[in-house]
Order: sequence, then C-alpha cells, then structure tokens
Amino acid sequence: MSPTVADLLAGAILVALTFYVLLAGADFGGGVWDLFARGPRRERQRAVIAHAIGPVWEANHVWLILVVVLLFTCFPRAFSQIVIALHIPLTLILVGIVLRGSAFIFRSYGGEDSGGQRRWGRVFAISSLVTPLLLGTAVGTIAAGRVQRPTGEGFMADFVTPWLTPFAASVGGLTVALFAFLAAVYLTNETGEPELREDFRRQALASGVLVFLLAMATLVLAWQGAPLVWNGLVVAPGALPLHLLVGAAATLALWALWHRWWRLARVAAAAQVTCILWGWALSQYPWILPPSLTIAQSAAPLITLKLTLGALALGSLVLFPSLFYLFRVFKSTEHS
Amino acid sequence: MAMSLGFHILFAVVGIGMPLLMVIAEARWRRSGDPLDLELAKRWSRGTAILFAVGAVSGTVLSFELGLLWPGFMEAAGPIIGMPFSLEGFAFFTEAIFLGIYLYGWDRISPRAHLLAGVIVAVSGAASGVFVVIANAWMNTPTGFTLVDGAFTSIDPLAAMANSAAFQQVLHMTLASYAATGFAVAGIHAFLLRRDPLNAFHRRALTIGLMVGAPAALLQPLSGDISARNVAEHQPAKLAAMEALFETRAGAPLLIGGLPDMDTGETRWGIAIPAGLSLLIRHDPNAVVTGLDSFPRADWPHVPTVHVAFQIMVGLGSLMALVALWALFKLFRGHDLAADRRFLALTALSAPMGFIAIEAGWTVTEVGRQPWIIYNVMRTSDAVTPMPGLVYTLAGFTALYCFLGVVVAWLLYSQIIRSPREREWHRIYSPQTARLP
Repeated sequence: MSPTVADLLAGAILVALTFYVLLAGADFGGGVWDLFARGPRRERQRAVIAHAIGPVWEANHVWLILVVVLLFTCFPRAFSQIVIALHIPLTLILVGIVLRGSAFIFRSYGGEDSGGQRRWGRVFAISSLVTPLLLGTAVGTIAAGRVQRPTGEGFMADFVTPWLTPFAASVGGLTVALFAFLAAVYLTNETGEPELREDFRRQALASGVLVFLLAMATLVLAWQGAPLVWNGLVVAPGALPLHLLVGAAATLALWALWHRWWRLARVAAAAQVTCILWGWALSQYPWILPPSLTIAQSAAPLITLKLTLGALALGSLVLFPSLFYLFRVFKSTEHS
Repeated sequence: MAMSLGFHILFAVVGIGMPLLMVIAEARWRRSGDPLDLELAKRWSRGTAILFAVGAVSGTVLSFELGLLWPGFMEAAGPIIGMPFSLEGFAFFTEAIFLGIYLYGWDRISPRAHLLAGVIVAVSGAASGVFVVIANAWMNTPTGFTLVDGAFTSIDPLAAMANSAAFQQVLHMTLASYAATGFAVAGIHAFLLRRDPLNAFHRRALTIGLMVGAPAALLQPLSGDISARNVAEHQPAKLAAMEALFETRAGAPLLIGGLPDMDTGETRWGIAIPAGLSLLIRHDPNAVVTGLDSFPRADWPHVPTVHVAFQIMVGLGSLMALVALWALFKLFRGHDLAADRRFLALTALSAPMGFIAIEAGWTVTEVGRQPWIIYNVMRTSDAVTPMPGLVYTLAGFTALYCFLGVVVAWLLYSQIIRSPREREWHRIYSPQTARLP
C-alpha cells in the first residue's frame, strides 16, 4: 500500500514535531538546568545556557507553529477535537510559552538591574519546566485515545478527566526528562571550559538514567491506563525492533558521554529521542486520534492537501538553507 | 481572542516597521561611518528583538486560540485559509532565523551579509503580515468554496487567497504599520527634543522615524479610499455601519462625528456633508448608497461602535498625514525640524496616534462584520467552543498581557529611547568604536 497525500502530510507534521522536540525541546531543557543550576559555577552554567539558546530559540519555536498550522489546515477535525478536549492544558501551555519567551528576552535586555534579572530568570526557568510537562501530558492523552468529542456529561468528564491521568502525567514527566537530557548533552558541546563540561556531563548522565526510569514507569502505567499504547509498545509486531533501536541509541549516548565523546553523544541522544517519537507515531498509525479518527477520516479535501504539500516543498527551499546558515554561524565554533 | 489579537497586532505592527528603521540606520552607518547611526541601529535591533519575541509568543497564542475559542470556525475554514497560514509560517521562520543572525552576528559575519540579514528580516516580517491579513480578508469576503447544506465543498485555497478584500487590506495594513512605527519613533524623540533641542541622538532618530512614517502616512488616505470603495461593494452592511447610514438613499450625506442610535435610526451631534458619501464612494453626488435598512435587524453590527471607531481612525490618519505634509514642507524649505517647538509638539502628540488608529481600524473591520465570523456564511455564535468558563481564560490572558505590556514599555524606554548617558556618549564617540567593522 503506497502512502496517500494525507499520509505524507501527517509525516510532514511528524518531521516538524521532531525538529521541534530536538531543537526547541533542548531550549526548554536548558531552562530546566537553569532552574537546577547548583554549586559554585552556577552563574557560569547559566551564562552558557543563555548563550546557547539566544540566537536560535525563536527559530526553533516556529516549528511548533508549523505543526499547529499544518494540523488545522490538513486535519481540521482532529485539530478541533484536540483543542476542545485539551482546552485547559493547552491554555496553560500557552501561558507557559508566553512567560518563558518574554522572561528570557526581558532577562537578556533588562540592563544592569540584577534583581530584576534574577526574577525574570526564575520565571524563565520555572516555565521551562512546566510547559514541557503539560506538552507531554497532552501528547500522552492523545496517545491513550482519550481525546473524544464532548459527551455532555459535565465539565469534569469532558474537559478535565481525559488528561488528568497517571499515564498522561508520566508521559509529561518523561518529556521533561528527555528535554533536560537533550539539553545537557548539547551543552557539553557548547562550552570549551573543562569544569563546565564536566558539570553538564554529570547532568546528562543523571537525566539519562531518569529518562530510563520514567520510560519504564510510563510503560507500566500504560498497561492499566492506556491499553492502546500498551498494545502498540508491547504486543504489536513492530514493538521489539523499536525497543531495540531506542535501547541501542540510549546506550550509545550514555556510553559516549562516559567516554567524553561529546559529538557522538549528541548524535546518539538526538537519535534516541527521534526513535521514541517515531515509535509513538508508528504505533498509532493510521490513527491520528485513536481510537476514533484516522488520518484519512480527518483529512482536508485533496486540493488543500496538495497545495499545502506544494507550499511545504517551496518553503523548505527557503527554510533549510537558512537554517543551515544559522546553525553554521552559531553552532560550528569548536570548543576544544 | 479579541484581547489577544488587539495585543498581538501592536507587536506585529512594530515587528514590521522596526526592522526597516534598524536597517536604514545600519545602512547609513555603513556609508557614513557615524557611530551615532550605529548606536541607533543597535538600539532599534534590541527593540526589534524584544518586540519580536513578545510578538512571536503572542502569535503562538493566537494560532492555538483560533482553535481553542473557535473550533467550529477552524474546522470549517482551516482547509480553505490554511494556505496563507502555512506560508506565513515560513515567512516567520525566515524572520526568526535572520533576526537571530542579525542580533548575535555583528562580529561573526561580513558587514554586507549582516546588512542583508537585516533586509531579510524587514522583508519577511512584512511578508508574514501580508499572509495573515490575507486570511483575515477572507473572513470579510469569503470565496473559494461552494456552500452546500452548510458544508464547504469544491474548495479552492488559491481562489480564497485571492479574495476581493485581500489587496486593499494588505495595502492598508502594511502602510499603517510603517506609518504607526515611524511616527511613534519620531514622536517620542520629538518629545525628548523639546527638552533638549540640540541632542544629536534624538535628532537623528527623529529624522529616520519620519523617513519611514511620513511617506506611509501620506499614501494612507489613498489606500483608505480604495478600501472604502471595496467595502461598499463587497460588505455593504459594514460600510453602512461605518458611515451610520440607516436608510438606503441617493445623494447620501457624509457624517462626520456623531453618535448613532440603533433604535431610532438617527445620529445625534454629527456634521452632515450633503451628498458627501455618494461622492466619495461612487464618485457621483447622486449615486445610491446601501443603508442598514436593506438588511434584517439581526444582521446589523453594533453601529455606534463601528461608526465611532471609524471616525477615530480617519481622524487620526488625517492628522498624521497633515504632520507628514508639514514635515516635508519644512524639509523642502530647508528648515531645521528640531528647532520648531510647535512642530515637535504636534509630532510628539502623533506618537500614539498610529496605534490608536490601527486598533480603531481593526475594530471597524471586526465589529463591522458581526454577527458573522465568516461574512454571510457562518455566525460567530455558531463557531464558539462548547467549553464553559471562557471568561476566566480571557481574564487571565488580559492580566498577563497588561503586565507584559508594562514591562515592554519600561524596557523600551530604558534600553532604546532614553538619551545615551555621558558614559555611553563617550563610548559612541570614542576612537576605539570607530574602528569596529
């Protein structure tokens, strides 16, 4: 069976989401480490984080906008169900995004008033932690098949209980841990100072272990709380190779960190996160909102899909060279 | 939603206008080598950074909020007007990428590449504005689909982008962005020049601000004329509400000011210019103009709001055009702008005018379309989310935005507008900086 145009666009959304997680996810993770910065070098750690995020975070953030726009253009029914059922967490995510972005920029351009800067730094760091937690919760709710049309059984049943579950919360926690892990691994590549590098290495190793523990917890909770996910991750035929792939990437990342092979660790960590994301997506294919809405059922008319695909192709011609340039200017400096 | 949009529109507008100022300042510096131009370019790039960041996050809120508040609208309209939003996404990407390069790349890339990055920021900022306005224009003059039993069929997204209000709205809004930003900058520095008339920093800022604001303000009445005639043709109910024209008639008068009463169909305290409206809209004093009586009462927008907002927009726009004319006249005669205290006072007064006019104009186009969210196709009440307790969400975002607004205003003052301190003057004109690339 060859993929349809709708499948291609769903794939494009997944690619955009992957970029968002790999790039903006690490920016969130940077904020988490800003929050947990400890010890005598904490201000220097924060400076490295701010320096790493500064030039790129806005471009990274646009991936999310692309995901949302593609979703409502190409899969309007899925979008409408998601925004109704997840109204509360999504609204809180927005508050988090607004506070985090503004606080970061206010801190950067706040001038000499260090008290004000510290407060903005706090806001930036806390919202960096809370936003991915909610983002993961929303994704967990979708994966568990709990995004449904309102049944009219009352406010709690329609707008709160679908996402207030242990499983969704554990996905939220896992998301934070993954973002923090990515950030710490990237940060080892962002500084030339051995002491700071060691700090970030320790953080990367710790959060890598945390990712493993939370992934196990999520799996256990899925058994009771999200049979669909359990089925996709344990029973389905593609499950074993997927787990092997994620496991291999995770082991490689930790191993490379252990041996201080910074660049290999970066690649492996990114691969690990990508595998997790794609594993989730493939396990629920062809559902876009399991168990009620498939990609085909929620797709917009063909003409819209084709034109959007064209716009994506055209846009990519501008986007990727620009992105390449951005990262070459700011991320290619060797710190060895 | 209205609140978020009203907030976002201010940042979006400055996000379109500010990069142009910044690029002009940098281009002048590259040519003249005057560190004052460099200082302005750096300050305005900081301003762009702050406003772009807040604009970007408030824009994200909007892209979600479209769905959070109006899922019915997005489910129906998404496939039709998603196209401009997708393109906007890429324009926005380009702006974000090159703004990052511009802000952090002063000493990392060649001068030419840096200036070019600034130009790309300015162009892509304007482009993303264009795409968003196209989507809004579609709500006013929806095309590109056939309505069968309340469902959209035969969708044509390209035709939807080429809707009949698109061109005039884009023109009007882009000019408004440049005029409002240019005048805001010129006005603020004019105000400071009144206290300190010889301050070179404020003088230079005033000049560049007017370079951007004045031409746009002069062109705006022309674009307004195009807009009004387009509205008369495609959205007659909105035009009737703008002009408070309750009855369809030939030789319709032009009402200036006044407060319309929807129950009696009369407008008090207005000045009527006989046949003025017919003349403006149809270029014929005897032409018939459609009034509100041609529409069922349930399809009327709130006439006083629309009429008063329209008067505010036109009034302020005209004032800005007059200031622009005066400035050109003085420049033409070789006068020193900063030496004329009355000119400075008027320019200072015009600083907030562009933004008030934009908010008023936006009120006209949005409230004037009510009760429709898609003109003559879908009612706003049919599109709203079933989620209860929306008022809390609205109150929360309102509070958040007010707070952010205050912080941004304070930052802009302390970082950008304020005259450089003595130490900074020293830095601007010290021999070391002159050698920078």
